Amino acid sequence: MKNKLFDYVERDNFIFRLSGLTKIICFFCLTFAVMLSYDIRPILCVFVFSFVVLHISEIKLSQIRLMLYYTMVFLLLNFILTFLFSPQYGVQIYGTKHVLFQITERYVVTQEQLLYQITKLVKYASVIPLGMLFLLTTNPSEFAASLSSIGVSYKASYALALTLRYFPDMIRDYNDIALAQQSRGLDLSKKEKLGVRLKNIMNICVPLIFSTMDRIEVISNAMDLRGFGKHKKRTWYAKKPLRKADYLSMLFCAAVFALTICISVFINHSRFWNPFI
Amino acid sequence: MRGRRRRTANIFELSKKVGTVLQDSDGQFIGLTVGEDIAFTLENDCEEQGRMKEVVQNVADIVDMGTLLNSSPFELSGGQKQRVAFAGVMVNDVEILLFDEPLANLDPATGKTAIDLIDRIQKQYQKTVVIIEHRLEDVLYRDVDRIIVVSDGRIAADMTPDELISSDILINLGIREPLYATALKYAGVRVTPDMHPGHLATLDMERVREPLQKWFQSRKPRGTAPEQEDILSAEHLSFQYTKKRKILQDINFHIKAGEMVSIVGTNGAGKSTLAKVICGFVHEDEGALYFEGESMADWTIKERSQKIGYVMQNPNQMICKPMIYDEVALGLRLRGTPEEEIGPKVEKALKICGLAPFRKWPVSALSFGQKKRVTIASILVLDPKVLILDEPTAGQDYRHYTEIMEFLKGLNAQGVTILMITHDMHLMLEYTPHAIVISDGKKIGDSTAVDILTDEEIAGRANLKITSLYELAKMAGIDDARGFVQYFIDYEREVHRG
Repeated sequence: MKNKLFDYVERDNFIFRLSGLTKIICFFCLTFAVMLSYDIRPILCVFVFSFVVLHISEIKLSQIRLMLYYTMVFLLLNFILTFLFSPQYGVQIYGTKHVLFQITERYVVTQEQLLYQITKLVKYASVIPLGMLFLLTTNPSEFAASLSSIGVSYKASYALALTLRYFPDMIRDYNDIALAQQSRGLDLSKKEKLGVRLKNIMNICVPLIFSTMDRIEVISNAMDLRGFGKHKKRTWYAKKPLRKADYLSMLFCAAVFALTICISVFINHSRFWNPFI
Repeated sequence: MRGRRRRTANIFELSKKVGTVLQDSDGQFIGLTVGEDIAFTLENDCEEQGRMKEVVQNVADIVDMGTLLNSSPFELSGGQKQRVAFAGVMVNDVEILLFDEPLANLDPATGKTAIDLIDRIQKQYQKTVVIIEHRLEDVLYRDVDRIIVVSDGRIAADMTPDELISSDILINLGIREPLYATALKYAGVRVTPDMHPGHLATLDMERVREPLQKWFQSRKPRGTAPEQEDILSAEHLSFQYTKKRKILQDINFHIKAGEMVSIVGTNGAGKSTLAKVICGFVHEDEGALYFEGESMADWTIKERSQKIGYVMQNPNQMICKPMIYDEVALGLRLRGTPEEEIGPKVEKALKICGLAPFRKWPVSALSFGQKKRVTIASILVLDPKVLILDEPTAGQDYRHYTEIMEFLKGLNAQGVTILMITHDMHLMLEYTPHAIVISDGKKIGDSTAVDILTDEEIAGRANLKITSLYELAKMAGIDDARGFVQYFIDYEREVHRG
């Protein structure tokens, strides 16, 4: 079974027991806290915190390995490119220049640049685990229920939940179709030229789209037949009532958000933390 | 309906009175868990959560799914999914329950329990039950008050089972009678309603025993067909995805050239995996496969596909070109066959599949059965000697079922060896003389379809059902009941040929 990506697996622990609404609010609070600030100290705290939560949630490494690889590649690329394109941006921001060593005339490594880039790296690195955490620990139906309770139309919420739910199915379909097409002579291996391979992948996507459309038709008929869309509102079987832990979590995340804002406004007097003056 | 003209009631109001359980309970599973799916209608009615949970628990208990409320659809069998769909319409306290081909996707033993459940609920809760089905014999396993036969949009008959079985209506419309009833007619018995032929159990045996025995004794010994060479064989084949569980275990079989074979077994028994191993999609861990005596161990997927074609269950999963001609030609083009050779080959494949008049049509204009034939044509064009079909008739109505099976029979007569993965007993008995039964990754039966369907032990383990012919023969005091079934099949082939 290699369809673990986005596959929701129920577990019983603190994170899973939280309501989807709590998780979405906490996710936004922490994300904005990290995104608005360029002070590495609170960002590092959130970074550590997100990994602690990832650990508590008991999510298996195998579930997120692929996403982690992509994230790391992206971050590394981002790090290198930032330096290549604007090696002196840090100096510009912080207004001082502490040279560490020189590569060429243009590429001088400074403490300021290093601080800026590392801050940016940690920012991304702390948000992405939170996103994965949210996706993997929220039951899609319960997520839909939460979305609709904060005012999103229930039809849109349900559509999103169905998409999440059918994603693993589509991957399974894709594998089946790929096999059948390979037996007709479609070569997807590295032996074939890239252009041909892309064309061949297209030949798999067409039946995938058609069989998915079939599925959509069946499911939407079944939903109609059972009264979906009859009223302006609907109730949710999977909705979790908010408990004490939910309020406390939301309060905590809101506090983190408020704190980072306060640090920026009252202590740093800017989005950046400047240790150089 | 209840004094209201159907036209004036909208679909929502209607669903309060009539609960419909659709054929494909897999595709229409909406919720993420059993409980959620059952609750779907209640959610849409804005039922309050506490009450909703209560109702869901109640109806789930009625269909024996009460302990599985948190299971996801992947963990359920076909029969269980159907029960969930059933419970999903019961929450409305409907007056009429409508089942659309409830047996189409179930193996025979599960189908039997499904009919049992429907019967129990009808009696216990006094519901009106309407079952749309072409597998008459399986439905008649429990009490049915009336049968309405529909043909070309008209009602052809509306009578009790006893009356219907006694008449010629079914035969004239090409619908399969219960096999025991056909046997009675072959034996020259004049079936009348007062013999109660609606059920095998109520049939008046006194009046049919003698003719049946006479008919059986009149049989002639049949000639044996000339022995063919093995085209595909397996020796000690084993396969596992993970170390924990073996999917296939020490499988041996021999398939002769020109045979039509069914591979049967319960869901998850390993049938599909066997097909995947044969096609080379996954590689065997132990043992070997031989094609015409030659080991296939080093053959790639592409090489195997020259000899063995694989047709998936859903044609929409295979078709990737908008035009029929291009779709059929795809395999050849991918192999770099020159265009002038492709033309005649595609032409031939289209002709065999009865699609020649449609060669310039878009695929989207075809019916499901025709699409299935396009996929078969697109495999046939590669000229395989063996064709493997995964559930060729699953989810098909009777007309498409017959259309596809008769077509495959014709193909087989032209020399293509055909392997079918199926759980359809009628298909086995009527079309495939040779059946291989797989259960829990092991081969538990490999014989004629007649032998398999008269062997209680094998049938039980593979979720099959003993054929009613066998029971009829036993009831008529015929010792060689298996011989009786075999004679019936042979006799029927004669009749159809003649």
